[in-house]
Amino acid sequence: MNIALFLQMAAEACPDRRALTYEGEHYTYAALYAAAKRAAYRFSTANCKYVSLIDVSSPAVPIVLMGAAMAGIPYVPINYRLSEEQIQPLLERIEPAYMILGSKEGDYSRDNGVTQNTKDFMNEVLTGEEMEVKWNEDPTAIAVQLFTSGTTGVPKAAILRHEHLVSYILGSVDFMGAEEHEATLVSVPPYHIAGISAVMSSIYACRRIVQLANFDPAEWLRLCAKESVTNVFVVPTMLTRIIEELRFSDFEPSDLKSLASIAYGGGKMPVPVIEQALKLYPNVNFTNAYGLTETSSTITLLDPDDHRTAIDHDDAAIHSRLGSVGKPLPSVELEIRDDEGKQLGPWESGEIYVRGPQVSGEYEERSVLDDDGWFPTRDAGYLDDHGYLYLSGRADDVIVRGGENLSPGEIEDLLHRHPAIADAAAVGMPSEEWGEVVALAVVKTKGQEITEDEIRQHVREHLRSSRVPEVIHFTSELPYNETGKLLRRVVSEWFRIEGD
Amino acid sequence: MLKPGLRLKSAVCDAEIMVIKASEGDDLTCGDVAMAEAPDKVDGDPEKMNGCLIGKRYVNEAETVEVLCVKSGDGSIYYNGAELMTKDTKKLPSSD
Repeated sequence: MNIALFLQMAAEACPDRRALTYEGEHYTYAALYAAAKRAAYRFSTANCKYVSLIDVSSPAVPIVLMGAAMAGIPYVPINYRLSEEQIQPLLERIEPAYMILGSKEGDYSRDNGVTQNTKDFMNEVLTGEEMEVKWNEDPTAIAVQLFTSGTTGVPKAAILRHEHLVSYILGSVDFMGAEEHEATLVSVPPYHIAGISAVMSSIYACRRIVQLANFDPAEWLRLCAKESVTNVFVVPTMLTRIIEELRFSDFEPSDLKSLASIAYGGGKMPVPVIEQALKLYPNVNFTNAYGLTETSSTITLLDPDDHRTAIDHDDAAIHSRLGSVGKPLPSVELEIRDDEGKQLGPWESGEIYVRGPQVSGEYEERSVLDDDGWFPTRDAGYLDDHGYLYLSGRADDVIVRGGENLSPGEIEDLLHRHPAIADAAAVGMPSEEWGEVVALAVVKTKGQEITEDEIRQHVREHLRSSRVPEVIHFTSELPYNETGKLLRRVVSEWFRIEGD
Repeated sequence: MLKPGLRLKSAVCDAEIMVIKASEGDDLTCGDVAMAEAPDKVDGDPEKMNGCLIGKRYVNEAETVEVLCVKSGDGSIYYNGAELMTKDTKKLPSSD
């Protein structure tokens, strides 16, 4: 069992169909498959234990992913934008590696393994004789290893074996389910599970991938129109910027007439943003996908029908489903548990646990699955009466004030709905009296004003007094990483410095 | 022994499958001839040559055995003497 099967089958069934478009150049499934085999040959004869790619999205991504898979060597993509100080320790953990590197300042040469730049690698694998490599077929072999950013120091290396990824793709994608005209725009980075998942599912569906290496909303819109993109996956911050671009530029929503489907995930989607998007594109299918690296990406979906039902519904409970992440996939079991591990009922908030063939929960260091194979996500949430999941934030983000657990998400959701507030982040700030109190970073809506007192009053009126922020800091923007995750640690730092 | 991940080829046509779910026994045939990793080519039973399609999943009635056709062929896939039927993928909206 090997993920390279997806590319092999695509090349078998539709060799001349366009698989990938990058900077206007097209690559067929046959071409990618042949290149992957050449890459596999190189990797398997190089005496390396890992294959790493440190570069932005490009045709190298599927070739390296599939080539490493065929050779039975774990693929370890690394965030290209990390500093040299951050990358070197990661490289030490994957020695000896076949490392493919984009142009980047710094000395990344190693004593062991192979270091090659992307351009040279691509020249070698795109041409030359046909190579055949005997595939590693062990389902438990590691296909992908991703360094996840933790809230504390050293990144953990999350492991995904072929069996997890194959199970996930076979269970959720129809082989060759895409028609020839379909195309998906991938603007999420290649070192993130969403980026890897997008490549695998597009290949298996035989849906052309259009790559955008560096996200820019104007460029995104232009590329969608130029390549007649039908499907997109975005993180919430990208959607916000795209809508803003539509509003302030000459681009019209109708310029994207090919767009049929917008999927999003990777972070919390503010309800006002998705409501706006639904109103701008009523004929587009919207899907919210929630998942983690450790679960081979998507474990719950809020599907297009859920979106349509919710947007127009008078019943507030159903309308608020727009703020949920939907229901678990058929092959995924999901439970909410309290601190003692006891299962909780609807509307009770606790930690989200999942189990299923696509759930790995394994790191280089150890597995965190419990004895019955359940994975603790470290995400807090609750289910409603109909099985819809609502996220309350990372369990680690909880603010503990006077022994009371406060969810930052509850405060942020309220503020997002205020017209004068474009974005907000609630973090805990140390307090002698309470242990922690609520500190708020606020981005005002362009052209609008609101005072600290007005904000406090607003929170006091709608939530309990313990949620009222002690300190408020106005800022021009909040810190997000490339995959749309709010960097709470950075926001916390702002208040720690002030406090000291 | 049929194990998940095992890839088998037809002896009577071009078909190839990968085992997804397995059960007791290993009586998997194509065109009424046992499938194997590298079988010698022979003629199949003409009654059992309805074809199998790449990308389709084939299951028995009890759904204890499931195989993925990874290469199309002319033969029909049988397990323990009964023809395997195609399984519909639960069409999930594309989320990736």
